This record gives sequence, C-alpha cells and structure tokens, in this order.
Amino acid sequence: MTTSVSIKDLSLNFGNVKVLESLDLEVAQGEFIVLLGPSGCGKSTLLNCIAGLLDVSDGQIFISGKNVTWDEPKDRGIGMVFQSYALYPQMTVEKNLSFGLRVARMPKAEIEARVKRASEILQIEPLLQRKPVELSGGQRQRVAIGRALVRDVDVFLFDEPLSNLDAKLRNDLRIEIKRLHARLKNTMIYVTHDQIEAMTLADRIAIMKNGVIQQLADPHTIYNKPVNLFVAGFIGSPSMNFIKGDLSGTTLSVDGQANIPLGNYQFANQTNGASILGIRPEHIAVGEEAKKMPVQMESEIEIVEPMGADTVAWTKIAGQSLTFRAAAEVHLEPGQKVLIGFDPGRGSVFNAASGNRI
Amino acid sequence: MTTEAISSGLSAGALSGPRGPKPKSLTIGRIGVYAFLILSALFFLMPLWVMIVTSLKTMPEIREGHLFNWPALLTFDPWLKAWDTACTGRDCNGLKPGFWNSVKITALSVPVSIVIAMINGYALSFWKYKGSEFLFGVLVFGAFVPYQVVIYPLIIGLSKVGLFATLPGIVIVHTIFGMPILTLLYRNFFASLPIELFKAGRVDGAGFWGIFFRIMLPMSVPITIVAIILQVTGIWNDFLFGTVFAGRENMPMTVQLNNIVTTTTGIREYNVNMAATILTAAVPLVVYFISGKWFVRGIAAGAVKG
Repeated sequence: MTTSVSIKDLSLNFGNVKVLESLDLEVAQGEFIVLLGPSGCGKSTLLNCIAGLLDVSDGQIFISGKNVTWDEPKDRGIGMVFQSYALYPQMTVEKNLSFGLRVARMPKAEIEARVKRASEILQIEPLLQRKPVELSGGQRQRVAIGRALVRDVDVFLFDEPLSNLDAKLRNDLRIEIKRLHARLKNTMIYVTHDQIEAMTLADRIAIMKNGVIQQLADPHTIYNKPVNLFVAGFIGSPSMNFIKGDLSGTTLSVDGQANIPLGNYQFANQTNGASILGIRPEHIAVGEEAKKMPVQMESEIEIVEPMGADTVAWTKIAGQSLTFRAAAEVHLEPGQKVLIGFDPGRGSVFNAASGNRI
Repeated sequence: MTTEAISSGLSAGALSGPRGPKPKSLTIGRIGVYAFLILSALFFLMPLWVMIVTSLKTMPEIREGHLFNWPALLTFDPWLKAWDTACTGRDCNGLKPGFWNSVKITALSVPVSIVIAMINGYALSFWKYKGSEFLFGVLVFGAFVPYQVVIYPLIIGLSKVGLFATLPGIVIVHTIFGMPILTLLYRNFFASLPIELFKAGRVDGAGFWGIFFRIMLPMSVPITIVAIILQVTGIWNDFLFGTVFAGRENMPMTVQLNNIVTTTTGIREYNVNMAATILTAAVPLVVYFISGKWFVRGIAAGAVKG
C-alpha cells in the first residue's frame, strides 16, 4: 500500500508552549485514521497543520508523495470538514459547494457536474437553492462534507464533524461517513474526542496526549492491548478497572489481602514491583460463569446501574473498587454477595512507575 | 368518601385555581414609573419645543417673552432666511452653502473611513502577524487621544503636502480620527465570527481579498450600518475639524451655523437662529429615525456570537 499522508518529525510551538513534539505519522492510501484524545491534546492542531492552516515550527508534511510543508491549503489536495460546519451564510447550498471551484476558475460545466455528483452522493439535491439558516444541523454537516467532496481531493480532513449534533443524528451521520469512505476509498483523517466514533470508524486510531501519539493501532488492539495506563483508561466505558498491587513473578499481591495469580497473562516485559492490573468490566463474569474463570473471588455489590442492554455493578475487592458488566437478565441488588471471576489473560498489566504495559 | 368524590373534588379545585396567563394589574408603583417617564420625556423635549415655536414667531412677538406659547402670528420667513439669506460676515447666502459643503465632506469621509476600518478590522482579526496585537492596541489608544493635542502637528503636516484647507484635507482628517473606533468596531465584529469560516475559505483557495469580498463583506452588513450611522452623525456634527481644516471654501454647516448665530452686527434674530439650528441638527436626527431599528440590530449582531 502506498503512503498518502506522511508526517515527519513535526513540531509546533506557540511561544514557549510545545503543542506538538517531533511527531511522526504515516497514513496509507485509503486509510481511515482517527486522532483521538482529550481536549488540548493537540489533535486538532495536528489536523490544522496537515491542512496548512497553521505553520509548523519544525518537520515536514508529505501528501501523496509531495512535500507540502510550505504549500497553501488549496494546493495540498485536501478537503476539510469543520465542527461548526463553517458554511458561508450568505450563499445558497449550491454556491457553498461550488465556492472553491469558482475561486479556482473552473469551467462552468465541470462545476455543475461536480456539484451534481456530490449532492447525489449526499442526497442534498432538494436543498441546493436554500441558505444554510434554512437547514437542520444534519443537513448543514452534509453540505459541509459536500464542500470537501466537490474538490475531488485525495485526503479528507474531519475536525470533530459530529460534535455539534444530537445523539441520534450523530449515530446516523457516523454510519453515513463510514459508507462514504467505503464508496470513495479516500484517505480520511478524523479528529474526535468521542471514543465510540473512533472505535466504529477507524482503520487505525492514534491516541494522543500532550502532543504525543501514545498508541497507533487498529481499534481491536487499542481496546484489548493498550500500551499504557492512559490509553487503557481513556478507551472503554465504563472504564477499565485498575487493581493496584505488587508483582512478584506471576503473582500480584493486593495489599497483602489477596493474591491474584496471573498465570495465563503473556508478559512482554515482566518487571517485578508495584504494578497495576487492568481488567475491563465486560471481562468479569458473575455467578455460574465465574466458576469457569481462573481467578475467582467473593464480593458484595454496592451499586447497580441498569443500562437496558446490560447492567453495570459496582463492588470492591481487597478494598479497591471494581465495576463489572453483567447480562441484563442477571438479577443483582445492593448488598448481595456474588462470586465474580475473570481471566487475567484478557487483562493488561502495567508497571505502576512508568505506566507502561509489561 | 368514595374515590370518585375525591377525584371530582380535586378536579374542581384544579379548575378554580389560577390558570393561563397571569392577569396584568396596574399597581401604584407602575403608575409612578410611567408618570416619571412621561415627565422626564417632557422635560427633555422642552428645549426642542422652545426652538420650534421661537423659529415660527416674528421678532416683536419673541420680545414679549412668552417662551412656551404657540406663535400668535405663524411665520415661516425665519426658516427661509436661515436657509437662503442669513448673513455670515459679508456673505448673505444663509446655511445653503454650508449644507452642501457638509454633504460633500460627509459623502466622501464616510465611505473612505469605513472601507479602511473594515480592511483594518478584517486583517487584525484573521491575518494576525507578529506585532498585530500591538498595532491594534496602539490604534485603540488613538481613540483616547484628545483631538486638540494633534491639531497643530496635523496643520503643519497637511500644509507641507498642500492639503491644508482643502476638501481632501478634511476628508483625510475625518478618516484618521474615525479609524480607532471603527477599527475596534469591525475587529470585534470579525472576531465574533467563527474562525472556521475563515479556515474554510482558505481551504477553498480564497486569498486575503477573496475571503474579504466574497465571505466577510456580505456578512458585515449589520455592523456597517452601525458604522455608517456613527460616522454620518459624527462627521456632520463636527465643528472643530471643520473650522480648522476645511478652509473658507468648504466650511461645513456647523461652522456656518456658528457664524450666523454669533454675528454681532444688527439685532439678534432669535427666530432665524433657532431655525438654522434645527436645520443643521435635522440630518443626524433623520438618520437616527430612519435607521434606529437597524442600529440596534447591528449592535446586537456585533455582540452575540454568530
């Protein structure tokens, strides 16, 4: 597979504040990359650098093999979709779509053909003569996507495109973006702080914190084999349980109250000492199921949160709080004593000092 | 008691209780507020009333001293005289030439100052460069410099380039002094627009002027109306710059009015003076009445995030 976007040793400072630091990222042709992270992690800044809307302090950006580090946004072969839609309010939908093409002085027939194609793909043909104020949020975002579409570019950049929409519309448009990607097969770089969007859309997710990519991998790996505590805690809802203890060999001793054998956990880099065992709530079994698990223990339920599809329960083991997810049919109530069990092989073990997976 | 009785009792209570919009009652406090407002309005309208009735009286009637009375003998001669034949020194052409001079000065200064301020504000909001914030600070500081301080250097500067006491000279002066406040107005307006609009324009390939003319200009109609009102009234009412920089040929209406009113030869014609004053003040008043709604709308448009 050829490389579509390549970022080499990119740094960006605002005065003394380092927003991005020697960042490298290779995006393959046709890949859907999601930049995910909390507010202020530099993900939008990175996207703006790729778009050419921010000048970089150091490093290079290549798009389709061409060094575009000093190029204007229009010459980079990108289309961009913004969170606030950024439609030109005085122009009709049609004029909004064709603005970039008219600026580039493209022949009228070609403009018409491209606007027609984009509006067909996005099903906004009946809206072409309307002004943005007359459109709903979902329709506006569709027009904004259309504006990127007519440019006929290799790379699409999305800057939190769904964050301004309500929950239902967000789900609908998410599917549409996925469908669009399947149809167009363009390279797409998508910034979001919503982990569901990241998990569902991405071929690969880049999780960022303080301007540094923590982990770049496919959603499955990110979810099941997080490289450090930050990634483990950021992805998943309810978030991963962290059990603090002391590792010696393959046994995690929790405050001397319990010993958890990590027999079938595959250590990559076993280090004794203060460690943290991460277990996802859905990897903890309860009742009969728990009896099949390598690690089992009794615990008392504190709070029960019925979610409809399943139930989340809060409990404590060896003094540390623990949540687990049970099927909705399992009857749970506060004060009840239950047997819970899990397989450490599905968990993650981190060194407490470095926060890295071991 | 049966359940039926209880439920019917409840529903009866619900029907008889308060329902629908709360009735408005005229309380003593409210009457007091209205009385105060009406009295204040009358108080502030009093000078205008005196001016109007005086301008419609003949001189003998004015001398009788009944300031507030409606004229016994209605006359429009003072108005005609004020406009056409009132004397300022040796010339007896009334306010007429001053009016046309003011029209010329205003018609030139308003668009020039607004266009410059608009470009300033746009550049300072979207095309920030090293030192642009400092420059903006200096510009805004200009709004607080007393005019009198810079008049002398300006006279020297303009006369060196041969523009002192000319029409272009006075237009330049008005443009310079309008710049701080107008730039502030436009910069704040553009800063309230979503920055993503500007970014989208850049991705679409529009440059400095492309974004300005095709995206920003169509959006700044409301704020431009505010700017026009500010400038028209400000420049029309200006006296100081008109006296100093316009020169004899381009004396604006305000200066002419002053000359008519302060003329010391012969008797003081109060009715003519009043008529001349109303005529001079009429233009900004008309501008306010016509555009008041737009003015409020424009201010609001600048205040809320777009």
